[in-house]
Amino acid sequence: MEKEKIQFANTEDVVIKIEGLYKSFGELEVLKGVDLMLQKGENLAVLGRSGSGKSVLIKILAGLLKPDKGNVTMLGKQLNQLKPKQLDELRLRMGFSFQSSALYDGMSVYDNLSFPLTMNVKHLSKKQVNDAVEEALDAVGLIDKIESDPEELSGGQRKRLGIARTLIMKPEIMLYDEPTAGLDPVTCAEINALIVEVQQQYKTSSIIITHDLTCAKNTCERIAMLIDGAFLKIGTFDEVFATDEEQIKKFFSYNFTL
Amino acid sequence: MNNLGTNKYLFSKGIDSYFEGVYNGYQFTLRFFKEAFRSPFHFREIINQCFEIGLKSLSLITLTGFIIGVVFTKQSRPSLESFGAVSWLPSLMGIAIIRALGPLVTSLICAGKVGSSISAELGSMKVTEQIDAMEVSAINPFKYLVVSRVVATSISIPILSFYCSFIGLIGSYYNVSSEEATSLQVFYHNAFSNISFLDIFSSFTKALVYGFTIGIVSSYKGFFATHGTRGVGKATNQAVILSIFLIFLEELIIVQIVNWIRYF
Ligand SMILES: Nc1ncnc2c1ncn2[C@@H]1O[C@H](COP(=O)(O)OP(=O)(O)OP(=O)(O)O)[C@@H](O)[C@H]1O
Ligand SMILES: [Mg+2]
Repeated sequence: MEKEKIQFANTEDVVIKIEGLYKSFGELEVLKGVDLMLQKGENLAVLGRSGSGKSVLIKILAGLLKPDKGNVTMLGKQLNQLKPKQLDELRLRMGFSFQSSALYDGMSVYDNLSFPLTMNVKHLSKKQVNDAVEEALDAVGLIDKIESDPEELSGGQRKRLGIARTLIMKPEIMLYDEPTAGLDPVTCAEINALIVEVQQQYKTSSIIITHDLTCAKNTCERIAMLIDGAFLKIGTFDEVFATDEEQIKKFFSYNFTL
Repeated sequence: MNNLGTNKYLFSKGIDSYFEGVYNGYQFTLRFFKEAFRSPFHFREIINQCFEIGLKSLSLITLTGFIIGVVFTKQSRPSLESFGAVSWLPSLMGIAIIRALGPLVTSLICAGKVGSSISAELGSMKVTEQIDAMEVSAINPFKYLVVSRVVATSISIPILSFYCSFIGLIGSYYNVSSEEATSLQVFYHNAFSNISFLDIFSSFTKALVYGFTIGIVSSYKGFFATHGTRGVGKATNQAVILSIFLIFLEELIIVQIVNWIRYF
């Protein structure tokens, strides 16, 4: 299921711009000069080994961690200059799918979805909330689980619910942290299809963190290889695959499941 | 910090992290007061939490309050008898229970029962990234989780404390009435005969302070839990111990202040 590639003519359509990002924890230098641009409408995969700092990078983008140095500009706004309120406004325009799904386990499936909506949008009627919840659940194919509790869901269903929870706010940018990690190949394919569907239906631009090559190849226009704290290579799957960088070749040869 | 040389700790690792903890706790409390008075207010969540706290501890407080009333009365009787002052028993029990035992017993029970569940809940939300998830959904987790819980403990523990005193006096009456023929009205009349407004007020203040302490300490420990599920267990344990320690410390201070006011 090779998807058609989007052509980007206009460089002004940049939704995320990362410049010279550094982050360390104590002695451990995790990010050492990350640069990246995400185009509007594009899905970009960030590939890298476990512990290479992919989650750290995406958490910086969501404002959960502060970089030591460098700039992130998102939807035209520079993150480190935003006041808390402005950061929240920006966050409403982006969706974050956690590696661990991070579902609210004290709430039902329905409440998991209605919670961010009712907390952020005042004066919604019961029907409006119901409709929005049903639409988001429908988009991820979980409409029959509306009355369940998160504990009753499988790993793949939890991932879907995590995605639905962000879709309910109609985000412009989606950040996926390992959407297919720990899932069986069939479920992976379903999640991949869902990511593409979200891109087309909700017109999102996405960064997809993964170490799953199938996922990267099937969902993304471009991929970026995070190695030793920086992007060693950014390009289409074939471009990156054809490189003669030793470390990238090594990553691909271990990881080959296509 | 240059003159520290190779030693990266100001004193030692333990002492440094102790002061760091005190400072962080202070910052956390300050943040509570900053955010508590700023909209939006999550009234629904506060009421939910109050009910939860009440339901969780009501039966235990009823039982404990009653037993303490019975036991204290039983044990005070011989001493008063030796002075021929048994008729003072209700009045003594009134003072003991309303001034001291009610708030203290209630808050100790709640430190164990409510405090541990708050820190366990927030801690597991922290380590499973649910708190981060709130933050990226533009929901202020401090406000939604911490402020509502601290307000709820500060409201419900004073109420529970008066309830505990009330039940304690019933326990006391149970013991008194089994030895002497006293009606409940007379007993309550005597019990309250030496209780001043200052007593009620200080009892309320104590319960309020203890409730606030339990809320803040348990939320703080839970909110900053790290290292997975083991960390949650550790946080819960520390929350209970620290709450109880602070409650006794505050008891000492408040009693000093109240006595000072009383004899002023
Ligand atoms: N809050 C933190 N405090 C200290 N160290 C951290 C913190 N978060 C991440 N690290 C460290 O940063 C490094 C990168 O972590 P990160 O979670 O980004 O890896 P990752 O690329 O997402 O790996 P995986 O594929 O396993 O999810 C790790 O060595 C980790 O120990
Ligand atoms: Mg990760």
